[in-house]
Amino acid sequence: MTEIFGVPTQALFGQLLIGLINGSFYALLSLGLAVIFGLLNIINFTHGAQYMMGAFIAYILASKAGLGYWWSLLIVPPVVGATGIVIERFMLQRLYKLDHLYGLLLTFGLALIIQGLFRNEYGTSGLPYSMPAELSGGHNLGFMFLPNYRAWVIAASLVVCLGTWFVIERTKLGSYLRAATENPALVQAFGINVPRMITLTYGFGVALAAFAGVMAAPIYQVSPQMGADLIIVVFAVVVIGGMGSILGSILTGFGLGIVEGLTKVFYPEASNTVIFVIMAVVLMIRPAGLFGAQK
Amino acid sequence: MKLKQTLIAAAIAAGFAGAARAQMSDGVVKIGVMSDMSSLYADIGGPGSVIAARMAVDDYLKAHKSSLKVEIVTADHQNKPDVGSQIARQWYDQDKVDAIADVPTSSVALAVADVTKQKNKVFLISGAASSDLTGKACSPNNIHWTYDTWMLANGTGSAIVKTGGDTWFFLTSDYAFGHALERDTEAVVLKNGGKVLGKVRHPLNAQDFSSFLLQAQASKAKIIGLANAGGDTINSIKQAAEFGIVKGGQSLAGMLVFISDIHGIGLEKAQGLIFTETFYWDLNDGTRAWTRRFVEQSKGKYPTMVQAGVYSAVTHYLKSVDAAKTDDAPKVLAQMKAMPSDDPLFGKGTVRKDGRVLHPAYLVEVKKPSESKGPYDYYKVRATIPADQAFRPEKEGGCSLVN
Repeated sequence: MTEIFGVPTQALFGQLLIGLINGSFYALLSLGLAVIFGLLNIINFTHGAQYMMGAFIAYILASKAGLGYWWSLLIVPPVVGATGIVIERFMLQRLYKLDHLYGLLLTFGLALIIQGLFRNEYGTSGLPYSMPAELSGGHNLGFMFLPNYRAWVIAASLVVCLGTWFVIERTKLGSYLRAATENPALVQAFGINVPRMITLTYGFGVALAAFAGVMAAPIYQVSPQMGADLIIVVFAVVVIGGMGSILGSILTGFGLGIVEGLTKVFYPEASNTVIFVIMAVVLMIRPAGLFGAQK
Repeated sequence: MKLKQTLIAAAIAAGFAGAARAQMSDGVVKIGVMSDMSSLYADIGGPGSVIAARMAVDDYLKAHKSSLKVEIVTADHQNKPDVGSQIARQWYDQDKVDAIADVPTSSVALAVADVTKQKNKVFLISGAASSDLTGKACSPNNIHWTYDTWMLANGTGSAIVKTGGDTWFFLTSDYAFGHALERDTEAVVLKNGGKVLGKVRHPLNAQDFSSFLLQAQASKAKIIGLANAGGDTINSIKQAAEFGIVKGGQSLAGMLVFISDIHGIGLEKAQGLIFTETFYWDLNDGTRAWTRRFVEQSKGKYPTMVQAGVYSAVTHYLKSVDAAKTDDAPKVLAQMKAMPSDDPLFGKGTVRKDGRVLHPAYLVEVKKPSESKGPYDYYKVRATIPADQAFRPEKEGGCSLVN
């Protein structure tokens, strides 16, 4: 068998694919963050908690109402998105004129409160969530066993990411959004309700986090701190991609998933630091991130 | 920082007029329950350990009509050794704490053990697993209840090797506890004629284990040993089921699994898993009755062996304080080691010179969903390992207190 640095190529293919799957989660989450930062200029630290809420509401729907995975995928994002809208309307909206730091503090505080509430109610050891029957099992690809669910994660994440990118970069609605970030007063003068558009955008970003949460529930531990563990990495992804760059966050999300996957083979001890090392290097060479607009 | 520190007056015993006054440093026996209150190990020890400690105090005072004044304080060490040793210092120096109980996370426990030895107090360990606490790093002030890495390795490891699981691959949590558990299990595997084909060390609190599981799968080892704990174990088992590892003929050995983990994984994915515990709520009438009282206070969560161990340790500590008529640490420690322990949860036990408490352990198997009849009806007890065989022989630990 051929080997690269002592690792059989077969195993390497497997790890690349796994990296891509983890990258799907990074991409979904960092996309939501990028949309919110790009259009609202808010660094949404509540994102991890909202991802966690997605997974928990899916669990609650399943255990209390008997609604399965597919229903959750449909119901949960709008529900969590709606809580986001409430947050934007009553709190975030007051902070747009202030420094970034205020938004960051507010969203970080909210994240701690939400996590605390869930921890009080459900404890920390997590809750079981079963996989939809249609997606259990898997296929042997020769170099690895690919569970059907993971294949679905990649596909769904790609569709959602590219769909979002298309709407923002290629449609009329998207052009309004982009214009509103450049010059809100002017866009409003054309008769477009900018504050409402911004509220809905935040709701959409939050819904993306909740969507990722439902996707994660069958394979990761559903626990109050699941988002907090992930969000720091996702922030690094956003910074590397360039704050606010939609395409940047998607590409770096997938890319860093792969880099992390390879680190797990060659030097597993460093697998949770490698992304931050890359972040430091990127910030030194291109302070605005790989895809950010250099100013 | 959120160094939250709640002071709870647990029990103020009615003064027994005329009873002989014991020599208490400040009139009060103060026990500090230090645990992970809010992160990955909080359901293993955490608030449940505080409930257990309070139950121990109440039960002891009531049953023995003792005139001791006992107070319980609690703190969150956030799984950080520096935070843990700082709290311990403050407790001993300023708050007049006499003994610290629980302390999951071996790295924190080792730090707290150092401080306890310096200040010459009592350390009632239940949540930490490293066998070094009564081995290389032993101290006259450590009393180690519940479990340790050697006992887990020996209980689970030798049972599995003897039933044909002779090739192993380790998924190891990359810190003191994981290393100790891997080392102790490897020794048991080799001693019983097995082989270790490989190992991979993952960061604490990792989210995704598929990469590591794939490496384990490629090794073709019959047994994948999970030398990790808490959320890491839950994620490993969930994802191993997903990647068809068990269906492919490899078996998982959870080296440290708690009942709260099984609850979080669900019987569907956890069934058939074999591991070692020292407490299960459904062992006998005593454990069932105690658990009913515990569950009333814990919002329906059933106790783990760590929480039960805190109860048992605090009970024996109070008994020894009463017997020694002082809370002066060296005298209480001598009394704890001289007197056998006895309580409804762990039965009769003895405290060895190196601080190890000897009590029975149980090899359990997780039930199939169809076999489970009620809440937390999760285990079948496959074997009882008697107290004298469950733990590492005193001479093999390398503890300087044993010659």
